Amino acid sequence: MEQAGAALPPPGGRIRPALAFRPAPVPPLAARPLEPLLVRSGGRRWRIGDPVFRGLAAGFGLSVVGITLVIALVLFRKSAAARATFGWAFLWTSVWDPVFLRFGALPLVYGTLATSAIGLALAVPFGLGAAICLAELLPQRVADPLTFLIELLVAVPSVVYGLVGIFVLVPAMRALTTPIAATFGWIPLLAGPTYGVGMLTAGVILAVMIVPFIVAVSREVLLAVPQSQRDAALALGATRWETVRQVVLPYARSGIAGSVVLALARALGETMAVTMVIGNRPEIAASLFAPAYTMAAVLANEFTEATSNLYLSALIEVGLVLFGITLVVNALARLLIPPEVGRA
Amino acid sequence: MTAHARRRRRVDRVMFTLASLATALTLGVLLFLLGYLAWQGASSVSLTFFTRLPAPVGESGGGMANALVGSFKLIALAALAGVPVGFLGGVYLAEYGGGSVGWLVRYAADVLNGVPSIVVGITVYALVVVPMGHFSTLAGGIALGLMTIPVTLRTTEEFLRLVPTSLRDGALALGAPRWVTIVRVAIPAGLRGIAAGILLSLARVAGETAPLLFTSFSNRYWSPGVGQPTASLPVMIFTYAISPYDEWHRQAWAAALVLLAVVLGSNLLARAALGRGRPA
Repeated sequence: MEQAGAALPPPGGRIRPALAFRPAPVPPLAARPLEPLLVRSGGRRWRIGDPVFRGLAAGFGLSVVGITLVIALVLFRKSAAARATFGWAFLWTSVWDPVFLRFGALPLVYGTLATSAIGLALAVPFGLGAAICLAELLPQRVADPLTFLIELLVAVPSVVYGLVGIFVLVPAMRALTTPIAATFGWIPLLAGPTYGVGMLTAGVILAVMIVPFIVAVSREVLLAVPQSQRDAALALGATRWETVRQVVLPYARSGIAGSVVLALARALGETMAVTMVIGNRPEIAASLFAPAYTMAAVLANEFTEATSNLYLSALIEVGLVLFGITLVVNALARLLIPPEVGRA
Repeated sequence: MTAHARRRRRVDRVMFTLASLATALTLGVLLFLLGYLAWQGASSVSLTFFTRLPAPVGESGGGMANALVGSFKLIALAALAGVPVGFLGGVYLAEYGGGSVGWLVRYAADVLNGVPSIVVGITVYALVVVPMGHFSTLAGGIALGLMTIPVTLRTTEEFLRLVPTSLRDGALALGAPRWVTIVRVAIPAGLRGIAAGILLSLARVAGETAPLLFTSFSNRYWSPGVGQPTASLPVMIFTYAISPYDEWHRQAWAAALVLLAVVLGSNLLARAALGRGRPA
């Protein structure tokens, strides 16, 4: 039955292969000089080849495990001085004072989490909306090139986002937030003064950076929902939106959540763009417009200036905390995203 | 049509309009970004940008010839340090990696992929810069090389797996040992995809700034060999962008345009090699 079907041209045009990759044509082996291959294959030289090659490949593969362990170990060992001095209080005290060598990472942890949360809050609605539009609404021949363009945004280096952030976003935010703070400044969240740089600006730039990522992964997840699910809902009289809302999205729920968590992991570790627009002040302020600091930004700014061992050690402990957080978030994403959807 | 049905249709239209607006806004940001960079960059980039050293503060003119060469050297070192590990590790995963060792390697690659780039910089600082006693191109190249490993590894695995079993069976049936089959049949068949994956991973690290800040640092002059600090395009963009000088800002825009052209160009090339815009 299946064979008969395969012989016919597929209804509605050609079937799109799951992967549009065709291996390069390999000249048939017979076209190559075969004697050496056949003659030598029985000889000793070729018999030891297999274990040697396998061992070589395995060695390089395992070196990846080694590298990952080394990173964790270096961060742990080199932060020993700070861990001995400050203990767990490092995580919940909020004085970051290189002059008197007192280090508490709370403002940095808070800045990292808060900017990422703002970034996600802005990016998820837009990213998900765009993914729905590109997967469910537009015909594939329009959606594919548009998706391709959006995916190009993922490749833009973060320092370039930072550059545009400094010279376009920061002045724009200053112009936009100053009247807001003047009117609603009595709300702590919207209190002035407004510098243009600050937590909200960092969140906006993170949002711009992670939207393409959410679009790309979510669209793939949506496209992986079987067409029969949609057909069934439509046949029951559902509108297209009801189909998306009640059938497609629930089906794709875990994959979409995974794309969001993966985007979160990126936002948490993002360094350059945030460093350039956040204002770099290690304080916890209630206002969205106030300057703040993140773990990655403090490393970028202060690492080469660390003059004492304890200072350097405290900075490395910040790196260790950042490493730990991204490790957990990434592991969560792996659990959520179905393995057949492309990784990024 | 009942009021209920009309309402349902209205919700349908509103929601899809919102979704379309979200798409338009995302694309708008992209076009604005590219357009603004092209505009600012094109008015700042000139021949001297490619041929001269940075000018001292206050003097106009000058270029980033040393940063261009520095970035090129860093990427070449990254390829030397990272690609063999990623490539052979990928071969291992595709050809032998079914068991628990394969699982472990895949898991480690995922973790490594998620490590923030600045943390990679710290590690290389502790392992290379501190023992050497100073910043160097070598340290920067190693940091970038580590970052190329996960993508190279997983794309190599992926494209080797796509090589049909029948090709391998043919070689094995002719009496070729397994490793000859892999080296002379499977790898050549998947080479185009593997090369594209390597190109993508190098394009990704070409724009990395954070791991270079305390490995290759920066330099206002030429950096001979690989043993000294070197300028690189991304670090120069960062330094110049946060400086107070207009002339440096213009240089930063020029550098950003050049960097973006290289990165997006490599991406387009890699995707063209894959035949279709497929994320790798």
